[in-house]
Formats: sequence, structure tokens, C-alpha cells
Amino acid sequence: MVVQSAAEAIIYPAVGAELDIDGVSHAFDIDGATLPVLDNVNLSIAPGEFVALLGPSGCGKSTLLRLVAGLEKPRTGSLREDEVRITGPHPSRVVVFQDPTLFPWRSVWDNVALGLEAQGILKTQRHRVDAVIELVGLSSFRNAYPHQLSGGMAQRVALARALVNDPKILVLDEPLGKLDSLTRIAMQAELVALWQRKGFTTLLVTHDVEEALVLANRVIVLSDRPARIKADIAVARPYPRHRGDPYLADLRKQILGLLGLEATW
Amino acid sequence: MSTYSVSDTTAPAAPRAALTFSNLSGRYGVGLAASLVWLAFGLSCLYWPDLGDWSRTGSLGIGAIVIAAFILFGTFSADYLGSAGQALRKRAPWLLAFGAFVTLWEVATAKFAWLPLPFFPPPQSILEVYTDDLPKLLDSVFASIKLQLGGYIIGATVGFITGVSIGWSQKIGYWVHPVLRFIGPLPATAWLPIAFFTFPSSWSASTFLIALATGFPVTVLTWSGVASVSSAYYDVARTLGAKPSFLVLKVAIPAALPHVFVGLFMGLGSSFAVLVVAEMIGVKAGLGWYLQWAQGWAAYANMYAALIVMSLLCSGAITLLFRTRDRLLVWQKGVVKW
Repeated sequence: MVVQSAAEAIIYPAVGAELDIDGVSHAFDIDGATLPVLDNVNLSIAPGEFVALLGPSGCGKSTLLRLVAGLEKPRTGSLREDEVRITGPHPSRVVVFQDPTLFPWRSVWDNVALGLEAQGILKTQRHRVDAVIELVGLSSFRNAYPHQLSGGMAQRVALARALVNDPKILVLDEPLGKLDSLTRIAMQAELVALWQRKGFTTLLVTHDVEEALVLANRVIVLSDRPARIKADIAVARPYPRHRGDPYLADLRKQILGLLGLEATW
Repeated sequence: MSTYSVSDTTAPAAPRAALTFSNLSGRYGVGLAASLVWLAFGLSCLYWPDLGDWSRTGSLGIGAIVIAAFILFGTFSADYLGSAGQALRKRAPWLLAFGAFVTLWEVATAKFAWLPLPFFPPPQSILEVYTDDLPKLLDSVFASIKLQLGGYIIGATVGFITGVSIGWSQKIGYWVHPVLRFIGPLPATAWLPIAFFTFPSSWSASTFLIALATGFPVTVLTWSGVASVSSAYYDVARTLGAKPSFLVLKVAIPAALPHVFVGLFMGLGSSFAVLVVAEMIGVKAGLGWYLQWAQGWAAYANMYAALIVMSLLCSGAITLLFRTRDRLLVWQKGVVKW
């Protein structure tokens, strides 16, 4: 339902950015104690790649995303987007959070327009807002307020709000984590379709192994806190993928083993 | 800003009811009773002689009978009068109760003096105030509105800006917060004696006090509103390219607006109190002064008349504030209806 021909009119620079994470370590100070969360993470992501970060709860995945988004600075190491060091937030790297965090005082249209408005280019670029709302299939809800939307619709608006900026890197922090399982499966397919059309580099944090395998080219398995890269697994399977694929089932078993959950298989 | 749900299809018109006995006791019963009570009020004015010397008894009685006729007409033709008819039907129980109240009031004061007379003036003497002392009363109303509006707008504006500043900037908060804690909780009326000799005129002193009474709650609630905005909103806006000015104007302030309106509401309440006291003590105009003046002349009817006007004005101001809020905060679910 998401891929609609009317939206073909938008022109996107169909190239994602390269993302390099070099020797990044990070820690938090909590009540005087230092809590290390990331330990020497090295990761190089090619333009247009779809990478999933998997790891136990609270291992520091979301912290890594905040560093990529530029919302925080790492204690050591550096992050670079297309060889340019990341020093702060930039609309070329947009985050979709687990909570849609729509602004309740803004209608769907105004929420989606937020990025363009903040950058001061909304007046000339209004058509991009209309197009991306159409793209996520919410044209008839453009004047609705967030409290009138279902969870899946709200998350679609959040996705549209990110996509309207033509991000080179889309950062997804468990964006489907709070949706019911049916909506979730539908939105996974939509996400893959969007990524294939636009070609942005995607970094997805999830703790759902199946979701990682259905969506990503590459799955990075992280250790317990402080997070280190435990495994870097290529998922060489064409899209659309089938959940029952024995190849994916094998990988799933392998990853659950890495996460210390082989007994549940 | 229209919402997507379109529900302006009108409910099907209720079937026209024939005039039967069961209808008289049910569908039309309350309206009919209300009409009869107002008729009784009119007749009570005209039938018994007044115990005092009031010039408007006859007009009041005729007026009441006219109202009774209107209610009667409205009750039986409500189905043909559209929304006005529906409104009348909805308010019929109140019309009945109010009619009973004024009838009792009339009989208890003007006719049999069950209540001691100069202190409990009958309805006709209050009507007399409205007709005979209207210019003075209107002057007082305008003076009050002018004073209140000026002070309230200054106080609300300063309070809002201060609240946003200390909610946003820790540096400003460091300096303003202790001052706010020291001065804010003091009732504004406590400043009266000082204000009246430090300010050049009693009018400017009262404006300052009303602004002070308004400013404190507005500041505190705006501040807490801005301070309690979820950091997730700022994260989202920053990743989308928002600059600090955007974060203040388009994120912090709209998110804090529900709190701001609570502050504006509280400020309105406390500023009314200051207004009346200031007018009674220093300003030689306004409804507070009118009350004081009426008391000096033992003109109790004038006091009641002024109190009724004051109550309508205060209630009207709050209604206006709530309407504004409902317009600005349509995005909120379940705001309190005033």
C-alpha cells in the first residue's frame, strides 16, 4: 500500500552516504560512577547498505545511533559521513525513534513539514510534503492531529517526517518495536520498498532477530554492555524475503547462539 | 484547521408531538411550569401593594408576564424554532428554578418583609438602579475594564516572557528564580500601601499591582511548562535541522501552552481580587469604588446591582480566556469545558 505511482514524481538523490565509525568508545556518568556503554566500535558502512544492529537490551545500541545522529559526541574515536566528521545533528542523517514523538499540537501535514520548516525552505518545497505523505499512504489524514491516529499511522507519519528531508542516512531506532505484529510485518515490507526506491543508507537498531534478517544486507551482533562488535554477518538473499527461508532460519539460529539464546531454538 | 472527521450531518428532526395530556406532563411540562412561575412572579408584583416606595414595581410585573408569554410560546413552538427552540427546551428547568427564586425574593422582601428591608432590597429596586443610575454604573464598568485589561496584559506578557526565559536558560534562571521565590508568594494586595505612595498616580499603582498578581502564576506555570517539555521533542527537531530559535518558538512554547493557560486562568482570578481592593482603597473609579460609594450611602440596591454586573464581567472574562484556549489547543484531548 505504500508504493504508489503518484509519488514517483519526487526527485531524490538516489545515493546514500558512506558511514565510518572509527574506534568509538563512549560512557555515561551516573551518580559519580562511570558507566562504559561502547567499547572500541569499528564499523564501515557502504553507501546504500541496510545494516541492522542486534544486541541484548540495554547494550548501547541506541547510544551508537545517537552518536551517528550527532545528538551526542563520543568520548573517543570519530564518526564520519562521506569522509566528513560528524560534529552535530544534520538533516542528511535523520532518526526515527521507537516512539513516533509527533508534535501533538501539529497536524500530520505540519509534523511532516517540520524539517523543511526548520531549515527555512518550506515555502518553496511544499510539494515535497504532499508527495511524501502520499508515499506513506496518509493523504486522507493530512489534517488529522496525532491523537487521532493509530500507532501504525503515527509511525508512518514519523517515517514521512524523516523521508521528506531526503536523508542520505536513515537511522531507525526500533521504529516498529511498539506496533502490533500484523502492522509490523506490513511496515517491514514498506520499509524495504522505500529503501530500495530511494537508495539511502539505513542503520536499524532492533532486538528482533527475524526483523533484522528480513530487512538488512548485513547484521551486526553486539555484545553486552559495554557494546563491542561480536559478529558481522552478511545476509546475501534477494528481496522480498520469506520468513520461512531455510537460509534465514540457519542464520537466525546462529545469531541466537551468539546472543546466548541457543536453548530457545 | 479542520479535522478530518466530518460529522456535521444533522440529527433527524424529532417527530412533531401532538398536544395531549401526556405531552403536557412530559415534553412540554417543564416549559409550561416555567411559564406559570414567571406569570406568578408578575402577578405577585402587581397584586400585593409594596411595603416601600419603589417606582419600577409595575414595569417589573409586566416584564415578568411578557417573559412568561415568551416561554409559553417558545415551549410549544420549540420544534419550529431550530436551535433557539432546542436551547430554550434545554434551559427550561433553569428558567423554572430562577422564576421560583425571584418570586420568593419578591414576596419575602417587597410584599411581606420577611427579610429585613434595607439590607435585602427587592428585585424592582435593583431594576431601578439599572434604569436610573445607568450612566454612573457604565462609567464604573469601563473604568474597571480599562484598569484590569491594562494590568492583566502587562502582567501576562511579562510573566510569559520571564517564564520562557527561566525555563530555557539556566543562567537567567539563576538570577530570576530567587527573586521570584521571594516576591511571588506575597499577596499583591500587601503592596498596596507602598505602591500608592511610590507610584505617581493611583492608576499606575493599581496597574502595577494587577500586573504583579497576574505575572506570578503566569511566570511559574510557563516556566514549569517549558521545563517539562520532553527532551525527545528537542532531539527530533535538532536532527531535522532546527536552530535554537526554532526550538524555543516552535517546540518549547507550543508544548508549554497548556500550562501557560492554567497560569493565565489563575492570574485572572487573583487579579480580580487586586482590582476590587485597589478600586475600593485608592482609585476613584470602577466597580470596586462604586461598591464602596454605595455602602457609604447605605444604597444596598446599588451594591447588589454592582455585584451582579461584576460577576457577569468576571465570568465573561474567564469564558473569553477559555474560548481562546479551546481555539489554540484544539489538538488537546478532553480540555475542561467552562
